[in-house]
Amino acid sequence: MNIIFFLLVLVLFWQGFYWIGVDIFRWWKPYAVPSPAGVAERFITLLKSGTLIEAVVNSLVRGITGYFIAVIIGIIIGLLISHFNYLQKNLKPIVLGVQTLPSVCWVPFSILWFGLSANAILFVIIMGSAFSIAISVDNAIKNIQPIYIKAALTMGANKKQMYTNVIFPASLPELVSGLKQGWSFAWRALMAGEVMTTSTGLGQTLIMGRDLADINQVMLVMVVIVVVGIIIDKFIFSVVENRILKKRGLA
Amino acid sequence: MALIIKGLSKHFKNSEKATLNEINLEIKTGEFVCIAGTSGCGKSTLLNLVAGLDKPTEGEILVDGNRVTGPGADRTVMFQEHGLFPWLSVIENVKFGMKIAGMSNDVQEKRALYYLEMVHLQDYKDYPIHQISGGMRQRTALARALSMDSKVLLMDEPFSALDKQTSNMLREELQKIWMETKKTILFITHSVEEAVYLGDRVVVLSPVTGSIADIIKIDIERPRHVYATEFVNLRHQILAEVRGEAV
Repeated sequence: MNIIFFLLVLVLFWQGFYWIGVDIFRWWKPYAVPSPAGVAERFITLLKSGTLIEAVVNSLVRGITGYFIAVIIGIIIGLLISHFNYLQKNLKPIVLGVQTLPSVCWVPFSILWFGLSANAILFVIIMGSAFSIAISVDNAIKNIQPIYIKAALTMGANKKQMYTNVIFPASLPELVSGLKQGWSFAWRALMAGEVMTTSTGLGQTLIMGRDLADINQVMLVMVVIVVVGIIIDKFIFSVVENRILKKRGLA
Repeated sequence: MALIIKGLSKHFKNSEKATLNEINLEIKTGEFVCIAGTSGCGKSTLLNLVAGLDKPTEGEILVDGNRVTGPGADRTVMFQEHGLFPWLSVIENVKFGMKIAGMSNDVQEKRALYYLEMVHLQDYKDYPIHQISGGMRQRTALARALSMDSKVLLMDEPFSALDKQTSNMLREELQKIWMETKKTILFITHSVEEAVYLGDRVVVLSPVTGSIADIIKIDIERPRHVYATEFVNLRHQILAEVRGEAV
């Protein structure tokens, strides 16, 4: 409840500044500054026309698809890096380096290879999050307490049993927070891709706002992006994370 | 012979002298042998070698005639830090090794309950590890180790991280359990009192030479009592040996 009150106050201040700066003193141009009322108006219009829902659904489906592919690729690369010393020494530094690339850097390649299509966006999402997931998988495995491995070894665990019965469950808490971070990378990469290419989605709705010089629509889309991000984090990742930590007495 | 250690030496690359030097030791089936020594005498190294977690520089280890080449279920280890899995409950932890060995669920359940009862944890079987005390965790680890039915049970200072009272209670229970089960146990400890209390024989390792300084047979009848005269005398004698070497 506290946070809702805080947000209300924040919106009131925002509207107050708008009145003072735009309506009364005319310091700022109305086309450059969004207002809560304007954003709410756009929200209702876009909701009624179905544009907003369609954009959110399209973006989510695309984001989740790309993310799942990225998770699979990331886990495979991560496992390979952690398992083979040679790759740990030689491939990991490259993966670490590539992971620092902002996802928007992949847009030129994606357009050249896939055109202005949905696949181009998927490519950007995958490149933007798979490497960070690979690095977290490797780190999660590396941070397992050695005593778990030792104990399982002296109980006769073979390699496969070690992975399924010890390495996977032991690294799970860190794995989930790595996957969570991977999602935020994917979500950002999705926006980078959508803004650059032309497929209906939140990114295009934002660009449409820019093209129509409608700053309120731009602001609205930004708010929606944040809200969707928060919802996924709070209602999926944090729930899973808390359950795992609670079970182990860590939260 | 359950366990034969022949001419075992371990030389770590970064140290000048050998940590372990020409160790020869034979342990009979059903025997309880304690390795005592000050810190740095190589007793934990010896246990790691027997467990197969480390490789010797020279010599070999035989378990029931088979040469040790790596870790295995025939030499389960009970560690100083319990090494229980926090994502499993007490009974699931006890079942872990049996599950790895491919035993049926029924057998796992039956044996887990049997050993949990032995360590008085039957009422806590479904507790998560973080909700039980340090002493109970070590009991769980003991039940897990016992349930493996290894040829040799290796114990690496299993009670030394506990408070004195709990540690004394647990060694008393271990004595009782050993009298019932007659498992073959190699027990590492820095406490001479613990070694004399538990062992059929006490092996004193010298930190100076890295070799066996003495092997003392403990002929005191079980259950033993730490305040009995012969216990106190023997303890003093071995303590002198351990200290004498350490100076």
